[in-house]
Amino acid sequence: MHLYNLTLQSATAATQAIVGNFSGARQQEIIVSHGTRLELLRPDVQTGKLSTVISSDVFGSIRSLATFRLTGGTKDYAIVGSDSGRIVILDYDPRTSSFVKVHQETFGKSGARRIVPGQYLATDPKGRAVMIGAMEKAKLVYILNRDAAANLTISSPLEAHKNSSIIHHIVGLDVGFENPMFAALEVDYTESDQDPTGEAFNNTDKLLTYYELDLGLNHVVRKWSEPTDPRANLLVQVPGGQLASSERFDGPSGVLICAEDHIIYRHMDAPQHRVPIPRRKHPLEDAERGLIVTSAVMHKMKGAFFFLLQSEEGDLYKVTIEHQEEEVKALKIKYFDTVPIASSLCILKSGFLFVASEFGNQQLYQFQKLGDDDNEPEFSSTDYHSFGMAQPTQALPRAHFRPRPLENLALADELESLNPVLDAKVMNLLPNSDTPQIFTANGRGARSTFRTLQHGLEVEETVSSDLPGIPNAVWTTKVKEDDPFDSYIILSFVNGTLVLSIGENIEEIQDTGFLSSAPTLAVQQIGSDALLQVHPQGIRHVLADRRVNEWRVPSGKTIVAATTNKRQVVVALSSAELVYFELDLDGQLNEFQDRKAMGSTVLALSIGEVPEGRQRTPWLAVGCEDQTVRIISLDPDSTLEPRSLVALTSPPSSICIAEMLDAAINRTQPTLFVNIGLQTGVLIRAVLDPASGQLTDERKRFLGTRPVRLIRVQIQQQPAILALSSRTWLNYTHQNLMHFTPLIFDVLDYAWSFSAELSPEGLIGITGSVLRIFRIPKLGTKLKQDSVPLSYTPRKMLTHPTNGYFYLIEADHRVMGEGAAAQKIQEMRSQGKAVDEEVVNLPPEQFGRAKAPAGTWASCIRILDPVEGKTVNVITLDNNEAAFSLAIVPFAARQNELYLVVGTAQDTFLSPRSCKSGFLRAYIFTEDGANLEFLHKTETDDVPLALLAFQGRLVAGVGKALRIYDVGKKKLLRKVENKTFSSAIVSLNTQGSRILVGDMQESVSFAVYKAPENRLLVFADDSQPRWITCSTMVDYTTVAAADRFGNIFVNRLDIKVSDQVDDDPNGAGILHEKGLLMGAPHKTKLLSHFHVGDLVTSIHKTSLVAGGREVLLYTGLHGTIGILVPLVSKEDVDFISTLEQHIRTEQTSLVGRDHLSWRGYYVPVKAVVDGDLCESFARLPAPKQSAIAGELDRTVSEVLKKLEQLRVTASGF
Amino acid sequence: MSSELRYTANTQLEHLHARYTGTGHADLSKYDWLTHQHRDTLASIVGHPTLLSYLAIADGEATGRVKFEMTERMLQPCGPPPAKDDD
Repeated sequence: MHLYNLTLQSATAATQAIVGNFSGARQQEIIVSHGTRLELLRPDVQTGKLSTVISSDVFGSIRSLATFRLTGGTKDYAIVGSDSGRIVILDYDPRTSSFVKVHQETFGKSGARRIVPGQYLATDPKGRAVMIGAMEKAKLVYILNRDAAANLTISSPLEAHKNSSIIHHIVGLDVGFENPMFAALEVDYTESDQDPTGEAFNNTDKLLTYYELDLGLNHVVRKWSEPTDPRANLLVQVPGGQLASSERFDGPSGVLICAEDHIIYRHMDAPQHRVPIPRRKHPLEDAERGLIVTSAVMHKMKGAFFFLLQSEEGDLYKVTIEHQEEEVKALKIKYFDTVPIASSLCILKSGFLFVASEFGNQQLYQFQKLGDDDNEPEFSSTDYHSFGMAQPTQALPRAHFRPRPLENLALADELESLNPVLDAKVMNLLPNSDTPQIFTANGRGARSTFRTLQHGLEVEETVSSDLPGIPNAVWTTKVKEDDPFDSYIILSFVNGTLVLSIGENIEEIQDTGFLSSAPTLAVQQIGSDALLQVHPQGIRHVLADRRVNEWRVPSGKTIVAATTNKRQVVVALSSAELVYFELDLDGQLNEFQDRKAMGSTVLALSIGEVPEGRQRTPWLAVGCEDQTVRIISLDPDSTLEPRSLVALTSPPSSICIAEMLDAAINRTQPTLFVNIGLQTGVLIRAVLDPASGQLTDERKRFLGTRPVRLIRVQIQQQPAILALSSRTWLNYTHQNLMHFTPLIFDVLDYAWSFSAELSPEGLIGITGSVLRIFRIPKLGTKLKQDSVPLSYTPRKMLTHPTNGYFYLIEADHRVMGEGAAAQKIQEMRSQGKAVDEEVVNLPPEQFGRAKAPAGTWASCIRILDPVEGKTVNVITLDNNEAAFSLAIVPFAARQNELYLVVGTAQDTFLSPRSCKSGFLRAYIFTEDGANLEFLHKTETDDVPLALLAFQGRLVAGVGKALRIYDVGKKKLLRKVENKTFSSAIVSLNTQGSRILVGDMQESVSFAVYKAPENRLLVFADDSQPRWITCSTMVDYTTVAAADRFGNIFVNRLDIKVSDQVDDDPNGAGILHEKGLLMGAPHKTKLLSHFHVGDLVTSIHKTSLVAGGREVLLYTGLHGTIGILVPLVSKEDVDFISTLEQHIRTEQTSLVGRDHLSWRGYYVPVKAVVDGDLCESFARLPAPKQSAIAGELDRTVSEVLKKLEQLRVTASGF
Repeated sequence: MSSELRYTANTQLEHLHARYTGTGHADLSKYDWLTHQHRDTLASIVGHPTLLSYLAIADGEATGRVKFEMTERMLQPCGPPPAKDDD
């Protein structure tokens, strides 16, 4: 089996973000690391919207990012630390819109290892050096400089290693133009490793160490090392150094040390300042718990600076330092606002704060004020004895604040992110949809959502109005060539034409010069200020002064088709003749002396727009009833001479010539495409050779069941094509590459561009008798998301076989359940303690819930209607019970009545995994599934992590035991058990009497249930240990599964073994077979293996295109949605794997990771071709493309066509 | 490794061990081996963003907190070392 891996949507988790002037322009941009992908975002300062400039897969794991600017430079570079064992400096080239590797220096082995640098990056603020550190011991310093030609240069690395020391954080110190210094937070384990009493461990100091890079000696020295707070976790740079002009100090220099509950200012030879981190005054707060800062940002303004620190609860604190020259007077902290917990914070000079939220959507906030004069309590180091450092080992008295809704920030934009995807289902539930949707359970805590993903572009309707009749076409037109917006809407009915004017209102007008008593075939703003109407009896040329020049059709004939542009008009007569007109320099429309007889009725005509600076477009495409399309020249030397002919499989219904940019074909100039829509609903896209008029590189696509109608529109000031069939598709250029995506909208009968003051980039369309004006807000996306909010982290979900509802289980660790929380508050009240109602009632979506000690759980079962997009019912679990698994079981003992069984556990601890008691709760469906009635619960000795219906009974993975339960009156009854599993059962699949059991650490085993003897036997397992996260059966002998380290693999059982097991009537043979290699008697064979780079949380065998091939769809924790497509022919396998090999050598990873070793991170990649890499063929420079294509004995367009075909036939994307 | 080689290659080996923390040798004690394993695992969790997120979601903590606790645990992941026999 050979598989082809394609990512439909790449990971959207933001693991880190940096800000800088990467394009060298005045505007600041943000680079976000999505784990395996780098994305450059540009905020629009006016509208406050973020737009993606580029996004590129790096085929490696990004662990750290830093902005870097050379002294006196104006352009920022991005330095990337990854798992490649290399440091990479990237430059964003705005001309080609791509990241360019400026330097790549190798220093160690690949992989995220303990002593190989890559985890931490720190840069010198003056742009002279960078330090890259590992988790332990290793720190390397590179000196960066510029050469005579002002190119960035990098030195060989200088070592700043310290053996047996664990590194918590590294930061560059701001020392002005003195020797660059770096501060590291380190812990040495030498002594604690030697001392059996444990005393050395308790006395181990956390050290703040300064490393100085002596630029003169080219050497790094440990300058200073002092113990600090043992629970310190983060360092923040404090501005320092003198301004050359004024001799004034920018700041005191040094670092802020963020520790549990405290912030400490620290610098060499300077007194320390310490303030407590204010805590929320929440009645349910866990007083035992410390509070740490998880992300921080420093912002410098003219002559001032401040810090924003974010705690693990999401609260932002503003920290300021009062200083006199180099001497710190006070360290102050106060509550600022609460935003989602971020992995990185970025402040932009234009007054925005980008919150790279660790889970869920990412946000851009605009600063309203800086919290300077409000009533928030401020805590200063001067309030405490000796600046809070009188007794450094003792905690300062706790400071508190009251959280409140946003005051200093306002939300400007939000980037949708699926991260984390915890479970998914693929099925077609929505009405009027012919392709399946992906339903995902996302998010963490109170910000969790249930999302419906549909392939297509989101459409925003602005106007929808009923018309008196059913029009068959609609146009909009300007009156003059240089008008910014459209003035008229023209509607054509069966027996007339209606003209509407666009103003404050849209209303009918009469004296436009258009013929209103006949239908219209085409409308065009022609020349500089004239209008043109084509109707069946003639052509009306309406001049600016309302004079009309009319050309009449010879009697007995009518116009059947017409095409126009700014200077040319072609009409086809019912006598199968073509008449060609061209505008002369006086603005007169002149008929070409000859008429061209086509010999077959003309069905469709198209000419392109007049190219800039030209008189005319030289090509006309004519579609005839004899199933041909002819390309005819309009050149003055060869007017109306045929150039080429294409035979079709059915009569064409519409043709559209458009010049569009597709970097895969031509990077610099737009390509002339001829799109031919057939009556069968197929679209053919061909490239028109501008020299010969031949059609090449034909690609087909099935759009829908209705004849295709094609319309040229404007999207982002670029030509695009709207293709109408039973679905509406948009073909447009985004980031220089062509996209072809359906619109999620009702079926349109006709459509046109619509540009007015309020909606400059709109579209207008008709469905039946309704006129609709709409726009497409999110170009470039492929999946439309609709979300329903949830209360807690979703764990698993299921659909009901008949009623279409989703049943979700949600559970949150370290959160008190609603009941328990209410009870505690009640208790506090009865004890006479004041309870701050406002704080208790703060919305948890924004503020989160109060943290409780480990072993506390909040959990519920939710019934959700995916079509309506709303919650139907919620059943909360009490007694500190949390749900971990669920199954819908038709119990044979109850005439196959459906039961919902939920596996829960009480007082669960995660590490080591334990619980007071597990339960299997049985519910029956009431109110057609909209409610559940609790029946009974059965105690178990461990947490039931996996449940499944099996032959009219329930099979459950309870801890290490696999059991079959039947339903009883008061309990579920245990029928049979197998306890040979090693850690915990996490996934179950079944077919027939076979059960596939996924173990938390020991991969997937095959078990069989032999009913006659009531035996549950394991007969085959895997030869490798695997930390299974999910699995699915591909067929009776094959299983696809994924593990915790981002691998996805397929295992197959020998068919002989499979038959032999099935032929064994009572399992006696298996029972007495000898185990192999300390496991089951048989082993499965590894068929394919691939490292996705994201932790796969669900796999589904499904078909994404109606009637298409079945594929394996997987979802990843960080938001990846990908498919594995089985390659059907040997030829395909050879072609695509050779192509992959070639691209591997050409396209090197942006972080310097070897592609083969990345995809074979833990186990060598086997029988899977990386489609994402293959598709980067389209972005290779042309000479490389043709070299690779040459090696494969194909043309470049054939390779591109093959790649597109693989994607389209498998996914429809 | 044969004992003969241990004597001849000793200096070189010591040097290599100092250079590559975490590599084992023939006389490695169970405790040392286990401590190395745990430190490697903890470093790997911190180094792989997906694993860190996975643990953070399971535990209901912020990723920053999980990273901090993992790094803290690297100091002594398997408790104090066993007492040495002084013979």
